[in-house]
Amino acid sequence: MKWFLRSIGLALLSLFFINLSGCAPQTSGKTANITVWHWMTDREPAFQELSKRYAAKTGMKVNFELYAPSDAYTQKVRAAAQGGNLPDIFGVLGEKRDFSSFVKAGHILELTPYMEEEGSAWKNKFFPKALAVNEFIPENTYTVKPGIYGVPIDIMTIQMLYNKDLFKELGFNPQKPPATFGELLDIGKKIKEKNMQGLVSGWGEVWMIDCFANNYAFNIMGQDKVLATIKGEVPYTDPDWVKVFTLFKELQDSGFLANGLVTMVNKTAEQLFANDKAVFAFNGSWCVNVYKGMNPKLNYWAILPPQVSDKFPMSIWGGAGSSFMVNARSKNKEEAVKFLKWLTDADQQAFLSEATQNLPANKDSVGKIPHILAQFAKGMDFATHPSIWGISEFSPVIEAFDKGIQSIIIGEKTPEQVAQEVQKIKERELAKKR
Amino acid sequence: MRLKSSLENYIFVLPAVLIFVIFYVIPFIRVFQLGLYEWDGILPTKIFVGLDNFKEILTDKIWWQSMWQAGYITLIALTLQNAVAFLLAWACDREIRLKNFYRVIFFIPPVLSEVVVGLVWQWILDGNYGLLNHWLIHLGLPNLARNWLSDPNTALTTVAIVHSWKGFGWGFLIFLAGLQTIPRELYEASRVDGANAWHAFKNVTIPLMIPVAVLVAILTILGTMQAFVLIIAMTGGGPAYHTQVPVLRILASMRGSSRFGYACAQGISFGVILMAISFIQYRFSKHARQT
Repeated sequence: MKWFLRSIGLALLSLFFINLSGCAPQTSGKTANITVWHWMTDREPAFQELSKRYAAKTGMKVNFELYAPSDAYTQKVRAAAQGGNLPDIFGVLGEKRDFSSFVKAGHILELTPYMEEEGSAWKNKFFPKALAVNEFIPENTYTVKPGIYGVPIDIMTIQMLYNKDLFKELGFNPQKPPATFGELLDIGKKIKEKNMQGLVSGWGEVWMIDCFANNYAFNIMGQDKVLATIKGEVPYTDPDWVKVFTLFKELQDSGFLANGLVTMVNKTAEQLFANDKAVFAFNGSWCVNVYKGMNPKLNYWAILPPQVSDKFPMSIWGGAGSSFMVNARSKNKEEAVKFLKWLTDADQQAFLSEATQNLPANKDSVGKIPHILAQFAKGMDFATHPSIWGISEFSPVIEAFDKGIQSIIIGEKTPEQVAQEVQKIKERELAKKR
Repeated sequence: MRLKSSLENYIFVLPAVLIFVIFYVIPFIRVFQLGLYEWDGILPTKIFVGLDNFKEILTDKIWWQSMWQAGYITLIALTLQNAVAFLLAWACDREIRLKNFYRVIFFIPPVLSEVVVGLVWQWILDGNYGLLNHWLIHLGLPNLARNWLSDPNTALTTVAIVHSWKGFGWGFLIFLAGLQTIPRELYEASRVDGANAWHAFKNVTIPLMIPVAVLVAILTILGTMQAFVLIIAMTGGGPAYHTQVPVLRILASMRGSSRFGYACAQGISFGVILMAISFIQYRFSKHARQT
């Protein structure tokens, strides 16, 4: 019996010490190895290759650790932040609000001094809009010290794509894509007539609806009014916003939207478009690699969503596709910054772009990209993103906005009803904030 | 001597108590504590808001809609899923050919990954290229073809039926185990007394299966109310809010809105509701057994 009790006691004691050691902060290793956490499954082989090249050049080992899918990665990073176990380099997924919390909690190193060294040599390598996503502007509402806090690895723009072969089958000139919203509706009618599928996109993952709606909001009322709405100065019941909501009803009524779009995930949308089963898609520049893998013969082209108004230019979401941040508490932060500088040099960027078919964040590497990617890159001139606005909408409002649009598409609610509901939630959130 | 003996007994249960306290009691208290704060899950600072998060739940329409929808899925699981499970278990308990083969087949859906099941059914139910619509059209029933998962009139029921398909194997297994514990002599005695198959079923099988049915019902309620993986895979909670369930709302508060405090309050409220349902059901079944 004594032997048994001693064994139990010993086991519990061991468990206790094992737990204690588990709670201790992870050190980054005795040597100056750099650890990078990322979620980009498609880029893993390229990262491993770059890690080898960096080790050959500097003798420093860079461990790229992949944690996918992105949801699991997000949870891992949050948990590590709480436990003080963040790696030397990591990415923050989520809204700018989450990014700002990481900065305010002291987890992310400010990179402005490094960017501005040697006459801003590093800073000038990037597309300004790609860098802007990682920047907090003066007087930002997040109350973060203005500066640059992340390094863009690649860039993206989200545009409308059309299948040239199906376009021809519908009786339209494949070299003349729709230029106005009215033309889009006419094409929708033709699609309905021919019993084909129109626009596919990941509108089941609601953020892409938000993106599409914001493109048209910028076109109808301009950036200032959109931002004034976020600030609470313009209500969502404003006729311009009702017009934005109404566009979705018009698209649905015309037959332009594919069946089942409201619950469609982007992967399904990509499969449908790549397999010539949908005339249009709304997708980001990452799709080039996806479509190439699914159907190398796919004959398509990217365009800006056709304008509904001449009053303001059409804007699309774009900027940094994925970014890396440096752990401010890392012992190896200087080495980490050096590695990121090397990673964003033209040669490495060109390699990444070629290997992953993503748009490079370095301006000097753009010359070597395929034709269709170059078209996506052109979209950078029209790009905007919630991350660069310096202000963000309340999450419950975004949810009500996106879900409301789904309700319009399924014919459950009118644009006016949705506008009122969104405004009600906006007022509730504003009251809470006050 | 007696003290030593009782101390020894306590030491025997100590590991179990420790595990229970560390992994259940402390997290529960911690989650309740977090429910009293407004916190984004990242910043080290939390704002104490008292019971505000719990009050907000009372007026959160979407939360209650998701609760109702989970209740609807549970109702279908309780009736359709368990009726099928019981009938199949009853059939397999009899001397039929290939009964072991059927036992394996019926237990395949529960052991499959929920994500895989969700994606396979999403493909079958696809409005444009799905197998179900293909066969409906092929059989001359084109009017029945629809977007099963995107139509607000059918999305929730479709999800509930797939959930029942995925889960009936558990009920089947428990019912079968219960049926096998019924002494065969009781059936023989009832046959000697002149009872036919229906009488034996009504007067022997059903009364003796009540405790098993109660267990299956409790497990069904607790399991179904907490279902979410299958729903994420099939509809993501859409269209609009039509297939939202409480766990999805908790996830939305935590991941979408970064409101960890509110998510914790939702989790605690949901746990209390489930406990209340289980308690009511337990009392009800106890009463039914006594009468």
